[in-house]
Amino acid sequence: MTPTAFVERAEGALADAQLQIALSRATGTLGSRRASAFESLENADAVRDAARAARMNAIANLSGLLERFESKLIANGAHVHWAETAEQANHIVVGIARRTGATRAVKSKSMVSEETHLNEALEQAGVTPIETDLGEYIVQLRHDRPSHIIAPIIHLTRQQVGRVMEERLNVPYTDDTKTLAATARAKLREEFLRADLGISGANFGVADTGSICLVTNEGNGRMVTTMPRVHVVLMGIEKLVASMADLDACLKVLARSGTGQKITVYTTMVRAPRRPGDTDGPEELHVVLLDNGRSRILAGDTAEILGCIRCGACLNVCPVYRNIGGHAYGDTYPGPVGAVVTPGLRGLGPWRELPHASSLCGACRDVCPVRLDIPRMLLALRAAAAADDPQPKSLAWGMKAFGWIASRPALYRAMARVGRLALRARARDGWIGALPGLAGGWTKARDFPAPAARTFQDQWRARGKGRAS
Amino acid sequence: MNAPNHVAQGFSPAEQRFSPAEQRFSPAKPVQLFHTCLVNEVAPEVAMAAVRVLERLGCEVEVPADQTCCGQPAFNAGFHADARQVARHTIGVLERTTGPIVIPSGSCADMIVHQYERLFEEDAAMAARAHAVSARCREFSQFIADCGLRIADSGADAKPSTIRNPQLAMKIAYHPSCHLLRGLGVDRQPKDLIASVDGATPVEVRDQQECCGFGGLFSVKNADISGAMLARKMDAIEASGADRVVSCDLGCLLHIGGGLHRRGSNVRAQHLAEFLDEAAR
Repeated sequence: MTPTAFVERAEGALADAQLQIALSRATGTLGSRRASAFESLENADAVRDAARAARMNAIANLSGLLERFESKLIANGAHVHWAETAEQANHIVVGIARRTGATRAVKSKSMVSEETHLNEALEQAGVTPIETDLGEYIVQLRHDRPSHIIAPIIHLTRQQVGRVMEERLNVPYTDDTKTLAATARAKLREEFLRADLGISGANFGVADTGSICLVTNEGNGRMVTTMPRVHVVLMGIEKLVASMADLDACLKVLARSGTGQKITVYTTMVRAPRRPGDTDGPEELHVVLLDNGRSRILAGDTAEILGCIRCGACLNVCPVYRNIGGHAYGDTYPGPVGAVVTPGLRGLGPWRELPHASSLCGACRDVCPVRLDIPRMLLALRAAAAADDPQPKSLAWGMKAFGWIASRPALYRAMARVGRLALRARARDGWIGALPGLAGGWTKARDFPAPAARTFQDQWRARGKGRAS
Repeated sequence: MNAPNHVAQGFSPAEQRFSPAEQRFSPAKPVQLFHTCLVNEVAPEVAMAAVRVLERLGCEVEVPADQTCCGQPAFNAGFHADARQVARHTIGVLERTTGPIVIPSGSCADMIVHQYERLFEEDAAMAARAHAVSARCREFSQFIADCGLRIADSGADAKPSTIRNPQLAMKIAYHPSCHLLRGLGVDRQPKDLIASVDGATPVEVRDQQECCGFGGLFSVKNADISGAMLARKMDAIEASGADRVVSCDLGCLLHIGGGLHRRGSNVRAQHLAEFLDEAAR
């Protein structure tokens, strides 16, 4: 993605009237639900501190926890696979499908599988993947991409959903959400019964017990993990917590932050394949642990972002996200968290504009259930980009000149005077309506007042109280 | 795959951020005014108003002559070496002075209070000098509230606890600038000061704490997004019925005021220092 690509995507999003309606409704609703969920929580600060501690502890001791997690999984009867790249992860999952003769896969919501483009890899291998999360199902019907971490079709209105169902499923058009959900439910039931492979993500992996925790509101996650004869969990290596107590701390904040619920409708714990005497469950359980850039993030200035629990709260409060939606960010993870994660996972080079897609207002830091200092990380990435290959070059030279001049007061005053007079010459009736170059961005949306004829310093000296120091 | 040291030691947790309540001030002689580059060049009347308000409170204001800019533009753009150069200069200028340092900008105050130490993380001597300066820094409304004073308490016969200026019998919207609100944690102080002006009616603004979209370089680099955020903010301000929007950061005020002017709105954007100065006149 080039810098222009981001700006162009953002422009397109701002001009998309449907998107603007959908976004402002949904983010507003999620944001206020989250706020009331925390208002009614006693000791909310302590609960958040505990969740932060659980995640920071996991990230700080990641390699040890991963080893413990692996050995517990194996002891429980699961197969463990390690994938360094997205391609390796997809290759592993395709390999499992081939070996077990699976041709139809049902999936519960997984951002990691979006990250690896698993569906495309499965299709190429002759395996039909079906998304069973309602939002993800609509995304798949539209050949679209999710635009929010927990609300994949936040960019669509229910009328748009009605139209895609009419086109793709051959049902009469309606924008009644209950009817739409019932249609999807009926279709998905057939898929669950036919599927021989279940693919899920993981909200958390518990190192002490080797269990996988999934939270959903539709119950599809439970069916994906129990009905097909093979279950594959695809998860990032950072999604661990040490203990069940730490899991508890994280679950207390996850649903509250994401949807404003105290707890999601379903909390599924997966620990082992079907054992003798079990009435359901898969014959085989596979866990694929994906790195794909995470250990590079771990070694750098933005390691803290690995503590993210993917609640999406920072998206809902971000005034940039609320205006442009998720697709403009150009990759799997949108919003403030995406602006940190994407350059980390993919490399800063082509994604160097993302850390600038923020006014640094700090709303994300305030709302984050695990108190990630996202603005600090955005600044760190901006610094890394500037140190590496500053763009545009004129900005780099400008900043060098600024640093040099602003540390030499006499020169600074002289240069500022030149600038002030040049601006004053452009003013009419005390306002400037058009500025050249980069500053032209300012006058796109607003006027600039004519600078003062005399600076404050000049006026202060004239007042006779000036004091050299 | 072993975690690097800084991970094991923990991550600059939010709770460790500098607390402005560390030290309280009273009206001081002298008080240093760090007027900020933007105020000096574009809106000197803001600094003049701040001086008059501080003097009415009994402060003796000094203005360090060699101050330039806090360096924030370079820091936020990622040019830390250039920002450090300016920060070093600013620390040098301010440490030659005594008394509290008052800054009529939440954003510049946050830069000196929170970011300077970060800029000098690997230079213990400079970090200590930065800390000594930042501990003396207060944003304008924060300083006045720290003093525990209301504007009207100053002067010989100022008995009433509120100020009366009939011309200010109007509706006032307050815009909390982000670095003031979330960086410095200052929210109550400017609101209380506005409310202390008799006749002025504070009005609620929808999504009041949402960013106006200024963001420094963001406003030109991502001009369309910034403009869209500004449009929402202006809609909310106009819907509040406010006659004026008062804030503590000139950057946000130039952005909002410039947008309101472009729109032909009757709402005026004004710095809190000017508003309080006008009130006490």
